[in-house]
Amino acid sequence: MSRILQYAALLAYLVFLGFPLVWLLSTALKTPQEMAALDPSWIPREPTTANFAAAFGEQDLIGAGLRSLVVALASALLTVAVALPAAYALARYRGVLKRITLGWVLVSQVFPFISIIIPLFLVMRELGLVNTLAGLVLVHVTFTLPFALWMLQGYVRSVPRELEEAAAVDGAGRMRAIVKVVAPLLAPGVVATLLFSFISSWNEFLFALVVLKDPDVMTLPLTLVRFTGPEGVARLGPLAAASLMATIPSLVFFAIIQRRLRSGLMAGAVKG
Amino acid sequence: MWALLLPALVPVLIFSVGPLLYGIAMAFTDAESGRNHVTRFAGLDNFARLLGDEAFWQSMRVGMIWAVSVTALQFLASLGLALLLHQRLRLRGLARVLAMVPWAMPPVVIGLMWRLVYHPDAGLVNSTLGTDINWLADFTWALPAVIVMGVWSGMPQTTVVLLAGLQNVPAELHEAGAMDGAGTWRRFWNITLPQLRPVIVAITSLDFVWNVNQFSLVYVLTQGGPGGRTRLPMLFAYEEAFEYGFFGYAAALGVAIVVVVLALLGAYLWRQLREAA
Repeated sequence: MSRILQYAALLAYLVFLGFPLVWLLSTALKTPQEMAALDPSWIPREPTTANFAAAFGEQDLIGAGLRSLVVALASALLTVAVALPAAYALARYRGVLKRITLGWVLVSQVFPFISIIIPLFLVMRELGLVNTLAGLVLVHVTFTLPFALWMLQGYVRSVPRELEEAAAVDGAGRMRAIVKVVAPLLAPGVVATLLFSFISSWNEFLFALVVLKDPDVMTLPLTLVRFTGPEGVARLGPLAAASLMATIPSLVFFAIIQRRLRSGLMAGAVKG
Repeated sequence: MWALLLPALVPVLIFSVGPLLYGIAMAFTDAESGRNHVTRFAGLDNFARLLGDEAFWQSMRVGMIWAVSVTALQFLASLGLALLLHQRLRLRGLARVLAMVPWAMPPVVIGLMWRLVYHPDAGLVNSTLGTDINWLADFTWALPAVIVMGVWSGMPQTTVVLLAGLQNVPAELHEAGAMDGAGTWRRFWNITLPQLRPVIVAITSLDFVWNVNQFSLVYVLTQGGPGGRTRLPMLFAYEEAFEYGFFGYAAALGVAIVVVVLALLGAYLWRQLREAA
C-alpha cells in the first residue's frame, strides 16, 4: 500500500474519531442566537463561556458533582481496601479458590446486568439502601471488585516471594515483612487500581439509575440525563458545557492511568 | 487466608452471586413490584408469554442487528486503525490519543454528544450532508444512527487489543515472507491474520457480549424509540421491570438473553476452535 493511501486512511480515522468531540466543544461555546440559526457552523462566530455559567444555574450540577465525587472516592478506597488482602491471598496461595475467582471474573463480564439488577434492587430495598449514596457505593465496589482483584493479584505475583522470605529471615515478622517490603513495591498497582475504580464509579449510569430515584441524591450522570428533558435548542449549549465538565475528571485520571492500566492488564494476563 | 478473603467475599455474595441466583429463580415466578403482591411459582409461564410477545421478538431482532453489526464494524474499523498505528506514520500519536478518548468518557456524555451530532436543527450531520432528517426519530435511520455511535464508542478496547496482537507477530515471519516474494496483501492474509487469530476470536467474543449487554448509551440517545426501533433487549427488560413492575417477566427475559448469548458464543467459539485445529 502506498504511503499516500495510508495517510488518507489515517486522516479518515482522525475525522471519524474527532468530529463528535469537536462538535461537542463547538456547541458548548455557541451563543443561544447562533444555536437558533438555521445553518450551524463548525467554529462558533462569537465564542462564549456563558453556557458554562448557565449550566450551573440550570440544575443542581455542583451538588451532583460533589455527590459523584464522594461516591467515586469512597468506592475507589473501599475497593482497594477489600481487594488488596484478597489479591495477596490469591497470588500467594494456589488452589481451587483461585480458579473460582477467575471464573467469577469471567462470568461477571458475560452476565447481563439486567438479570442481577432486579433482585439486587429488592435486596437493597430490604436493607434500606435504596436512595442512599452508601448503597450505590456498595454496589459499585461489588462490581469493580472482580477486575480490581485481577489487576492487583498480577502486581502481587510480580513481587518475588523470596524478598518476603529474606526479610523474614532477617528477623522481621511476617506482617512486618509484608508492610516494609511488599507494600512499597505494590504502590503502582494500588494507584492504578484506585484510578480504575474511581473512573468506573464516576462514569457509571445503570446502577445509579435504579438505586437513586430521588433528585436530591442523584449523581452527575443522572442529573445530566434529566437536563435534556423537553428539548429546546437554547438548552443545548448549557447541556454541552455540562457534559464537557463531567468528562474532565475521567479524562485527567485516564491520562495518568493509561500506560499503567495496560501494563497491569498484561501482568495479570501473562502471569495468571 | 480466609480472613484475607472474607471482606471481598461478603459483598460479592450479597450483591452479586445472591442476586444472580435469586434472579434466575425469579424468572419462574410471577413477581411484581407492588409490596402487596403475593409472589407465586409460575413454572414456565413467563417464557411462554415471551414467545408470544411481539415486542419481545422485535427487541431481540433489534438487539441482534445491533450486536452483530456493531461487533463486525468495530472489528473491521479497529483492525484498519491498528494496522495504520503499527506503521511509522506522522500523526500516529494524535490518532492513538483520539482512539482512546471514548474509553475515558462517561457513557452518558457519549450519548448526549451524539444527540447533538444528530440534532435535526442544530446538528452536524444534517448541516454537513445538506439533509433534513430527524435521524433519531426516523423509523429507517434511527438504528443505523445508533450503530454508528456504538462503533465509535467501542473503538478503544478493540484497537488496543488488536495493536498489542500485531506487535506480538514475530518480525522474522514477515521478513521470511518478503524473501519468498510475498507482497503486502499475501503477507497480511497468510501471516498476520493467522497469527492474530486467537486475539481476534477473544476480542470479537468479548465485544459481542458487551454489545448485547449495552444499555446506557442507547438509553441516553433514543430511550429505545422511535416505536421500539432501537429498543435493545436490555432496554426492553429495564422497561418491563422498572416502568411496568413485571419483575418475574423481566427476569425471564434476562435468562432468555443469557441463553441466546451463550448459544451463539458457544457456536462461534466451537467453529473457531475446530478451524484452528
